[in-house]
Amino acid sequence: MTEAPAGVQTIFARARTRPMSSLVTVIRQGLLYAILVVSALFMIVPFLWMLSTSLKADQYVLTMPPQFFPKPLTLRSYAKLAELFPIVRMFFNSLLVATLTTLGQLLTCSMAAYAFARMKFKGREVLFLVYLATLMIPFQVTITPLFILMRCLGWINTYQGLILPGVFSAFGTFLLRQSFATIPRELEEAAFMDGASHFTVYWRIILPLAKPALATLGVFSFMGSWNSFLWPLFVVRDVQLMTLPVGLATLHGQWLTEWNLVMAGTVITVLPMVAVYLLAQQYFVQGVLLSGIKG
Amino acid sequence: MAGEKGLSKLYWLAIFLLPSLVGLSIFTIIPVLSSLALTMYEWDLLTSPQFVGLANFNRLIHDGGFWEALAHTLYFIVGYVPLVMIIALGVAVILNQRLKGVLFFRTAFFVPVVSAWVAVALMWKWIFNPKFGIFNYFLGLLNIQGPAWLFDPQWAMPAIIIASVWKDIGFVMVMFLAGLQGIPGDYYEAAAIDGANGWQRFFRITLPLLSPTTFFALIISLINSFQVFDQVWIMTGGGPGGATSVLVERIVKNAFSYSRMGYASALSWVLFLLVFTATIVQMRIQRYWVTYD
Repeated sequence: MTEAPAGVQTIFARARTRPMSSLVTVIRQGLLYAILVVSALFMIVPFLWMLSTSLKADQYVLTMPPQFFPKPLTLRSYAKLAELFPIVRMFFNSLLVATLTTLGQLLTCSMAAYAFARMKFKGREVLFLVYLATLMIPFQVTITPLFILMRCLGWINTYQGLILPGVFSAFGTFLLRQSFATIPRELEEAAFMDGASHFTVYWRIILPLAKPALATLGVFSFMGSWNSFLWPLFVVRDVQLMTLPVGLATLHGQWLTEWNLVMAGTVITVLPMVAVYLLAQQYFVQGVLLSGIKG
Repeated sequence: MAGEKGLSKLYWLAIFLLPSLVGLSIFTIIPVLSSLALTMYEWDLLTSPQFVGLANFNRLIHDGGFWEALAHTLYFIVGYVPLVMIIALGVAVILNQRLKGVLFFRTAFFVPVVSAWVAVALMWKWIFNPKFGIFNYFLGLLNIQGPAWLFDPQWAMPAIIIASVWKDIGFVMVMFLAGLQGIPGDYYEAAAIDGANGWQRFFRITLPLLSPTTFFALIISLINSFQVFDQVWIMTGGGPGGATSVLVERIVKNAFSYSRMGYASALSWVLFLLVFTATIVQMRIQRYWVTYD
């Protein structure tokens, strides 16, 4: 799982040098660093403020001038949140929904991608065009009928209502098809000669060779599901079934001025995704570069 | 024998294709078609749906709330798209140099991209708090009396734009970095020999050669900003006094709060047409400024 598409690694590795007289270089570099540090502070200070607020005792939250370093440092708002609000349950819901959505997408998208890239059948091109066409439609167009469908099926306030509509992805199918199509055919021809079935070829040959593409789709669908707000907002009203983003909105509605509680909730929501990002950076970059396909 | 082989081929095709095809049909293709049909009905989910023809679109034309939401969405786009593109380009050009700590800076810019919008929006709502937020505190240090931001109809949208630009700089930056990596170093060496300075190199070499990337980033930013929702819903809920109502917020309120399924569908198709038209227009005018070689 460590190999990344070559063009992507270079983005984080290569940089350009130019010969230049040393004094000019020093001034120039100093200036660039100054700009960078100021803008990086602009990126980081909000997160630090979020973290700092979450570590404050109630009476130090609404103060002016603001207290940047909490004194005393306390985890009380996290404890209070776990006690008064089903945040642990919501964390579990988010984890379950994101994991199952990701696994479902990897399975259904890779199977369909195998059919589109490796099997010949009548109407293949037309059907693939239909898949591509759905990418142009914003999700908001489908949300009203989907909501009605969920009501008819009795899937409001259920895990299947949260998960299933996100499992079938035309974008994922497209992404994997493009990757599968580049795998040389000699390998599978030899396997078919030996009497291998389509399933063996798919599972033993195609999937292992397409790991970077699968990883890219995996991290992107996990992130999409973990951060998703609009659909869970529609399909879940029961706090016990809420995922973290909808839960945070509810939390904020209940404790409007207790920002230490709310910020504790946001830290819990953001940290896992940051960890996933740090572990799988190159796949996120690849995903951004492919995101143009998804409307 | 041949028939058996054909049958087994069909059997495998069904196994591989049907899960995706059936799922996509139920959860995307059929809802898209139903949504189109729904635009011609009035339905509150309690009584049975009434066919009303094009009445929903007629209502939309006379709905002041829709035009306001459209104007606010365009305001957001006009503020957000140029800002995020220019800042991301600047950051990408700097981070494309050989500098120590570049990896750290790239990570700092990208972390907001992977963070949930709801969490980021709550964070900014707290930062923009007029009395206790740090934004006005820092402005105060510069002797500027900050506005009430999200509570002020004039300043609520600028606050949302600032938060959105902050979140998406890293996303656009990654595209620009990829584009910059694609420009061959020889161009710069030749220009340096000819005595071109840094700005000349930027405007004569970098910008033109980067134009396909700029085009790509522009289209994506444009599509995304037409669909602005999460941050608005959390930070202002469309307020104060409707000052930040946007198109998707109108769709959600009509479907969700007012149970107007037909009208919400009509709004969503208008959104689609707007996104589609904007994309086509960009595609048409790209040949005047985008150079592929």
